[in-house]
Amino acid sequence: MIPEIGHYALVLALAVAAVQVVLPLIGAARNDTALMETGRSAAVAQFGFIALAFACLTQSYVASDFSVRTVADNSNSAMPLLYKFTATWGNHEGSMVLWVLILSLFGACVATFGRNLPPALRARVLAVQAMIGVAFLAFIVFTSNPFLRLDPAPVDGSDLNPLLQDPGLAFHPPFLYLGYVGFSTTFSFAIAALIEGQVDPAWARWVRPWTLAAWSALTVGIAMGSWWAYYELGWGGWWFWDPVENASFMPWLIGTALLHSAIVAEKRDALKTWTILLAILAFALSLIGTFLVRSGVLTSVHAFAVDPARGLFILIILVVAIGGPLALYAWRAPALKTGGLFAAVSREGAMVLNNLLLATACATVFLGTLYPLFLDAVNGTKVSVGPPFFNATFVPLMIPVAIAMIVAPLMTWKRGDIAPALARLWPGLAAAAIVAATVLIYIGGATALAAFGMALAAWVSVGAVIEIAERVRLFRVPLRDSLARAAGLPRAAWGMTVAHFGVGLFIAGVTASSAWQTEKVQLVRPGESIDVAGYNFTFKGAVEEQGPNYIARRGTFEVTRNGRPVTTLYPAKRFYPVQRQTTTEAAIHTLWIADLYAVIGDPDEGSRESGGPAFPTRSDGAWATRLYYNPLVPWIWLGALVMALGGGISLTDRRHRIGAPVPARPRPSTAPAAGE
Amino acid sequence: MTRKRRRLYLLALFMVGLGTATALTLMAFQDNLVFFYSPSDLLAKNVPPNRAVRIGGLVEQGSVERRSTTDSKVQVRFRITDLSHEVAVVYVGIIPDLFREGQGVVANGKLGADGVFQASELLAKHDEKYMPPEVADALKKSGRWQETGAPK
Repeated sequence: MIPEIGHYALVLALAVAAVQVVLPLIGAARNDTALMETGRSAAVAQFGFIALAFACLTQSYVASDFSVRTVADNSNSAMPLLYKFTATWGNHEGSMVLWVLILSLFGACVATFGRNLPPALRARVLAVQAMIGVAFLAFIVFTSNPFLRLDPAPVDGSDLNPLLQDPGLAFHPPFLYLGYVGFSTTFSFAIAALIEGQVDPAWARWVRPWTLAAWSALTVGIAMGSWWAYYELGWGGWWFWDPVENASFMPWLIGTALLHSAIVAEKRDALKTWTILLAILAFALSLIGTFLVRSGVLTSVHAFAVDPARGLFILIILVVAIGGPLALYAWRAPALKTGGLFAAVSREGAMVLNNLLLATACATVFLGTLYPLFLDAVNGTKVSVGPPFFNATFVPLMIPVAIAMIVAPLMTWKRGDIAPALARLWPGLAAAAIVAATVLIYIGGATALAAFGMALAAWVSVGAVIEIAERVRLFRVPLRDSLARAAGLPRAAWGMTVAHFGVGLFIAGVTASSAWQTEKVQLVRPGESIDVAGYNFTFKGAVEEQGPNYIARRGTFEVTRNGRPVTTLYPAKRFYPVQRQTTTEAAIHTLWIADLYAVIGDPDEGSRESGGPAFPTRSDGAWATRLYYNPLVPWIWLGALVMALGGGISLTDRRHRIGAPVPARPRPSTAPAAGE
Repeated sequence: MTRKRRRLYLLALFMVGLGTATALTLMAFQDNLVFFYSPSDLLAKNVPPNRAVRIGGLVEQGSVERRSTTDSKVQVRFRITDLSHEVAVVYVGIIPDLFREGQGVVANGKLGADGVFQASELLAKHDEKYMPPEVADALKKSGRWQETGAPK
């Protein structure tokens, strides 16, 4: 009964979304308030129905109702409850329901919190949002119904892909989708602005919080995915320039550009058409990302759908959702009035530079990701583009971005002077020079590039602190005055400082982990020790363990440094009998300035019989192991989280909740989308 | 500064950015396109040694041999086959979780002068039912697709 209710709710949501497309648009064209208002009720109703459908689906998973096909395919009664719950979106159908759930959530938020939006703009935004909703709901209802029944129902399900049975990955999709789908709101605002033919600072002010929310969620989502790859794949790396990673990274790059150009559009009334283009592109890339990972054109743990009808459907959505807006843009954008002039050397100028570099970086990632697909489609040649390509193109583009990031906040709007800005930079430069010298002198084998990376990291983080110190006039006025100024600063200013500081941490983590990672891959017998970067790993043997739905081989390493115990690591390999799949469980001990990382492989037993047991039993006691010392690697995710935190702080700025020029009514203290 | 001037600067900036990016990209592209070959292709097309390529097929039954090297590393030797031809592969390191005889595998690396493929990375990240599309294509090309029971 419950799955049928869910299915019915989905169909109702589709009908409501269809109404939400038509009526508000007619209302906005005729200036009919009643018709425009239908958009708001429809948006809330649509969210309600989809939430009901999602709840029904979750219920089927949690209760292990194997008469539902997707549950039987992706769940198992022996799975821990958490994974039964997260299995809801650990498959194609469920993940699409989650996608539309978040889409309608954003729509409902615009309807609820957007009271101070001009009614016509709001109606049009909701209508565009509903168009996306119709497309995806139709996709679910017609090609990927999650509520299909099986008759007879199997006794047990075929389990969730073991790689997805992991706390880090369980919540990676919701965050990623909050980011992807969050850009749909900015997209809807952009289309609405094109329909209306006007973009003013107020428009940019409404767009900014949605961009911030989406960007912050996307940052967290990507960081979680990268963290998962780090500890679950067991290769000691955290980013592989894999097409599925790139698919989520491209919207992030454009989203970052959008975040900054929207500031210029709001404060200076400039870069308006560019901001609109970025808003369209950010969502277009999110759709392409969804298409790439879901259609099965890329092979990965994400590729659930192998049904060509689904791929074709998504492709049609893509063509309409990207081609249409771009055509509209080409037609309407020239009519938009340009405002705010500025000199090339100014804060706007630095933002333009940042935008161009980020867009170029995104284009190179796009080329590297899609060229193999393109070549395959054209003449069947199979090629792949490896990390060296991305490292050679992407990294050089990011260096000027980092420098622009340090300099821009110190410059004034409209007409900046680079000399005073540079004068205020010297403490940062000094810090950078000290760091570079320290690295070169004290760390053996430090390359110039690594020293430069660390110096850049220091400059970025110190630069962020200096900027805020300048604002509060630290050490120039009494400390109490400084504190009072600090408290009075807009939250957006703090958000920027925190986010930029996070970038500094991130750069440090990336540089150190790629320059000074120590790897030891070798066989080890119980009682033997291996030295990794001054840490002594002693192997104590391995035991077999029974988990809830897996069997594990668990090794024990005692780690000491100069004879003193540091930690004990338990790397394991798990075998999931239902899916006949093995996973690696790396053991990681973080020292915050580095990670100790251990992976256990197979026992050394000569050649192995095929089709034998998952864990070979014959062994002379030696095990293949891989040990790493990964300096500063935790800073990568810490940096990403700090960036997202900066976005969150900025989101709480009360200026975002006041729709200029309309005077605000008292608002609830939380920002529209901060809590999601 | 006049509006024209500003536009000119912006345009110049844009062109410089675009030019640099294009140059960097094309240079990097030249060096980093990694072509995929099936074992039959590899033998037929005379792939030059020491060029990074990617090969794929099935791990031949009974071909996997492991030994520990003198410096306590694990060396794995096996053959990749598309059921018409096969290529000997050697790899040092921990083999991926899903590496099995009779299963699909993709290897990145270089063809050595002795005709043995020196793999630097093995990709077998998928579950048993799954076969990398490159491998499926290689088997289809060699006309032996049906014999493997054509996994979905």
